[in-house]
Amino acid sequence: MNHPSTARRLPMTVLGVFFLAVMIFPVYWMVNSSLQAGSGAATSDFFPVHATFEGYATALTEQGGNFVTSLLIALGTVALTLVIATPAAYGLARFRTRGGTAFLLVLLITQMIPAMVIANALYPLFNSLFLINNIFGLILANTAAGIPFAILLIRAFMGSIPQALVEAALVDGAGNLRAFVSIIVPISRNAIVTAALFTFLSAWSDFLFALTLTSTPEVRPITLGIYDYISANSQDWATVMATAVLASIPAGLLLIFAQRYIAAGAVSGAVK
Amino acid sequence: MTSADLSLPATAGDQRATALRQLLRRATPWLFSLPAVVFVAMFFGYPIVQNVVMSFQEYTTSTFYSGQAPWVGPANYVTILSSYLFTTTMVNTALFTIGSITFQFVIGLALALFFRRNFPLNGFLRSMLLLPWLIPLIASSAVWKWLLDQESGALNQFLGLFGGPAVPWLVDPTLALIGVIGVNIWLGIPFNVAILYSGLQAVPKELYEAGSLDGAVGWRAFRHITWPNLRSVVTVVLVLGVVYTLKVVDIILGLTGGGPANSTQTLATNAYNKSFVEFNFGEGAAISNILIVVSLVFALVYLFISRREPTA
Repeated sequence: MNHPSTARRLPMTVLGVFFLAVMIFPVYWMVNSSLQAGSGAATSDFFPVHATFEGYATALTEQGGNFVTSLLIALGTVALTLVIATPAAYGLARFRTRGGTAFLLVLLITQMIPAMVIANALYPLFNSLFLINNIFGLILANTAAGIPFAILLIRAFMGSIPQALVEAALVDGAGNLRAFVSIIVPISRNAIVTAALFTFLSAWSDFLFALTLTSTPEVRPITLGIYDYISANSQDWATVMATAVLASIPAGLLLIFAQRYIAAGAVSGAVK
Repeated sequence: MTSADLSLPATAGDQRATALRQLLRRATPWLFSLPAVVFVAMFFGYPIVQNVVMSFQEYTTSTFYSGQAPWVGPANYVTILSSYLFTTTMVNTALFTIGSITFQFVIGLALALFFRRNFPLNGFLRSMLLLPWLIPLIASSAVWKWLLDQESGALNQFLGLFGGPAVPWLVDPTLALIGVIGVNIWLGIPFNVAILYSGLQAVPKELYEAGSLDGAVGWRAFRHITWPNLRSVVTVVLVLGVVYTLKVVDIILGLTGGGPANSTQTLATNAYNKSFVEFNFGEGAAISNILIVVSLVFALVYLFISRREPTA
């Protein structure tokens, strides 16, 4: 392949920047509007020339507690998902049984079941278990939603670990559990981190379970905070956008600091 | 040969311990997966069964107080299917799904082909493209509701520069569905680009070199080399796209709430309304079951394809 000079490839970069600009314009507009308090129903400028943080101040006053709720739910979901999914992934990767194959098939299918269907039946169940308006209840629901993807992703990696490595440990007298904890988990760190990041993002972004399994303002993740604004046709767009920006911070951080995990997860999640 | 076979003759107590250890060993494959199996049974198995049961019951607010859910046979399904809303919902679901998938895919493929070229900042631009996919759907809905606002939204401001009228994007019943589909297309493009780009990377470069000798460049290279090699990835993207689109509720509830005049009501949002707005869980369950059947048809297509082509 011949490599044309950088100068000749530059128009492509310009075109690429243009495509990206069109695609992420809404994200720009979110940040832009969040800095223009008092824009209200009036038109906001295309640039935040008179930037103010009033929107953020209001957002934090009104939604501060909801951020903490979202954080607790997301972290709890990650912890519970990993504790359940990692051993399962190992079990499925190391012991190839007919039951295991069937379970994998079930996991693939569960990913395609609309959350709405699950929520419909979970409400009566949670109602009788006093898990409505309960952070732990939301952690359980989000964990259920996250487990199939986490297992499939981690198992795909563990399947590539040489069996000989585990068998060597077993010969040395380690039990399966020891081999799992002290050999498999450290080796699989990247896959586990990827699963953790995706679980965090999806639990943090969860809207449907929060909407259906809560009814009071006490337990209210940030996604519901945003929904309350827009379904009430709030005209204080600076505050709404500031809340949206704050809710998007985890996504932004991951894109900056964990890019390789995100790209890997996006592809393996769809193809496996 | 296991260590138990090699052990010396032992006392009864030892034997019992050995038996226990063997049992444990045989159960090991399952012990690792057991919590996950329980979780899946409880949070997927139970709800699915429970939905089927509920769809044959009169399950309303009073059920939560009295615990009574009278058996009504297929009445819920009859009510749903004979409702004028059902046709609207099905048509909307079909239009929403087909419209979203078609444009997501075409634009996604075009961008994936574009980014396959070699130019400065390629990797950076491509990863920034994932941003709309990562931010919470409800945050995106809020932004789009603001962008599409009739009086002061950015889109109408922009159109106003060219003397365009203030278009009632989310307020007019015919435009609302188009608006919602447009937003969903925007959301789906990053996913399509990511998967199709990785699929393109897997097409062997030698094929293009060999093809170019035979005059297969440009469109002909795409038609005869890229497309045939990409087909399995394309199928996966399309089927997953359909399954994901059928699930969508966040965007529609956020942008229009299913309105105006049910013009953006889909199977999923309708199930939500029945159960959580009207508190008619029986009818909500009936719609959910219709939704799940539609999803599973596509899920089976996906499984069939991904089993037949494990390299996908």
